[in-house]
Amino acid sequence: MIELENITKIYRMGKVDVPALRGITLSINQGEMVALIGVSGSGKSTLMHIIGCLDKSTSGRYIFDGADVSRLNDNKLAEMRNKKFGFVFQEYNLLSRASALANVELPLVYSSSRNSHKRAMEALERVGLAERAKHKPTELSGGEQQRVAIARALVNNPAIILADEPTGNLDSASTAEIISIFRQLNRDGITVVIVTHEADIAAQTQRTIRLYDGKVVSDEKVA
Amino acid sequence: MKFIEFFSIAIRSLLANKLRSALTMLGMIIGVGAVIVLMSVGAGLQNMITSTFEELGTNLLMVQPANPEAPGIMGMMYGAFTANLNMDDTEAIGRIRSVTGVVPTNENFVKLIAGNEETTAVIHGSNPDYQKVYGFTMASGQFIAEVNLARRDMVVVVGSKVAEDLFGSDDPVGQRVKIKGKRFTVIGVMEPRGISMFGFSWDELVVTPITAYQARLFSQKTPSGEDAVQQIAVQLSSAEVIDEVTEEIETLLRKRHRIDADEDDDFAVLSLEQMLGTFETITLALTLFLGMIGAISLLVGSIGIMNIMLVSVTERTREIGLRKAIGAKRRDILLQFLLEAAMLSLVGGAIGLTFAWVAAWGVSQIDLGGFSINATVSPLIVIVAVSVSVFIGLASGMYPAMRAARLNPIDALRYG
Repeated sequence: MIELENITKIYRMGKVDVPALRGITLSINQGEMVALIGVSGSGKSTLMHIIGCLDKSTSGRYIFDGADVSRLNDNKLAEMRNKKFGFVFQEYNLLSRASALANVELPLVYSSSRNSHKRAMEALERVGLAERAKHKPTELSGGEQQRVAIARALVNNPAIILADEPTGNLDSASTAEIISIFRQLNRDGITVVIVTHEADIAAQTQRTIRLYDGKVVSDEKVA
Repeated sequence: MKFIEFFSIAIRSLLANKLRSALTMLGMIIGVGAVIVLMSVGAGLQNMITSTFEELGTNLLMVQPANPEAPGIMGMMYGAFTANLNMDDTEAIGRIRSVTGVVPTNENFVKLIAGNEETTAVIHGSNPDYQKVYGFTMASGQFIAEVNLARRDMVVVVGSKVAEDLFGSDDPVGQRVKIKGKRFTVIGVMEPRGISMFGFSWDELVVTPITAYQARLFSQKTPSGEDAVQQIAVQLSSAEVIDEVTEEIETLLRKRHRIDADEDDDFAVLSLEQMLGTFETITLALTLFLGMIGAISLLVGSIGIMNIMLVSVTERTREIGLRKAIGAKRRDILLQFLLEAAMLSLVGGAIGLTFAWVAAWGVSQIDLGGFSINATVSPLIVIVAVSVSVFIGLASGMYPAMRAARLNPIDALRYG
């Protein structure tokens, strides 16, 4: 489903070029559950941004579902993000003034969908938060907020969920909860990519890709 | 569907910080309110002038002396000091076909004393046609008559305020009043009428036969030794004959004043239209000036909107990044913030319009000595106000909205 060929990303800081990715070539198939692991600065978040069409590579090819998306314009990339990808962030990034239901509906606003209420409720049910639909994020615990974020990522039936340090702000109980939700989603057929710096989180996935200094240093299946 | 969603998003954003929204709108409220009130009052003033003009006559001409050596308006100004019109001119003009009334008027300012009371007033020396042409009704007694003129009777007709000042609630008719040491008898009181278009109040005016005026009060002679007339008002049967009669008067007076073909007139014949034209130009200029002041405050209001929108965009950087990450396109973000700005200005404009409407109504209720300015907010003004408000909202919101739309989602998500 995802094929990256020699992807590089170079940031221009004033007069200096900072390479974040130095030629990544890998593929991810439909239905895999992958961890991108590495220390801070290894390029794992940058790689996830490129996979998720949040950013464009400086060079290289990115084939998604058979189509070359490396040089799509901003509007097309936005459509891809809306329909094909679901993002989950470390800080949840929910709208604090809106209810959980309204937060989950947000992607549907930008895809002009019908039945958004119904679809949002279904997504909330999937993460076990249907009874908290009317609550605002301030009334929810960290784990619950992240579950709302996952529901939001699911609402448009994406092919792949991209999670950037999803459990970074959570205690161990909530962490376990969240990871088990991801595993369940993966069993339901959704491809899951988790960026993390913690080995025990990576251990719960099927495949660990380790990055260092912008390059892939290992790519192993987990037992 | 998307549009409605965006509308409710915009409304919710504005309601989230009510104080801030209210203060931002204040600029628009004051700006729109000021412009509308000032222009409505100006329009009311203009209407007042036009309607007085219509009331008194599109069929009125004024003949007055002019100095041919001074150009244009100055000629009439300096002409006022020359005296070259007299009662024979007046009667000759009265005989012209289509002339239905001729009113010679001399004007000055006097103190009137009755017993222990005294007051000041404008005094007009004139003839019976004065009442007909300027449209007076008598509250009591009668106006001056031909016979008063012939006999140079020392009689006087007083305005309602003069009557009140001198005689309180007593009927002034038959009473004596001293003008410049001479004793005059009051023969009539005029109904209250307010301010005339010429600038003085009809109620603080007294009228006496012009012959008595010239003989007993203020004597002024023409170069050939006759009693001078300062101004002759000429009433025509209809507005259509203005040009025709103007020409006849000019021919007549040129002959009477022995002016050669190559010399300029030593008089001017003006239609009321020409006279009021100056007033209208002044009022129009005033209205525009006031409107500009209002427009400046509108500008300030729109700067306020732009300022707050910029703050709002900065505050919501992460939110914008998030929206883009889940699929919002540039134009979605642009539309969202433009709508917010437009709503701020539209609601502010609507409130300003309401206040202006109330204020204009209030101004119309003020009694300015017997009349009032009818300041109405016309439907045209409402449409213009609403459109301008929306336009200002969009214009001030454009820059902040574009900045929001251009944010890089990754950087935006990391902000703060």
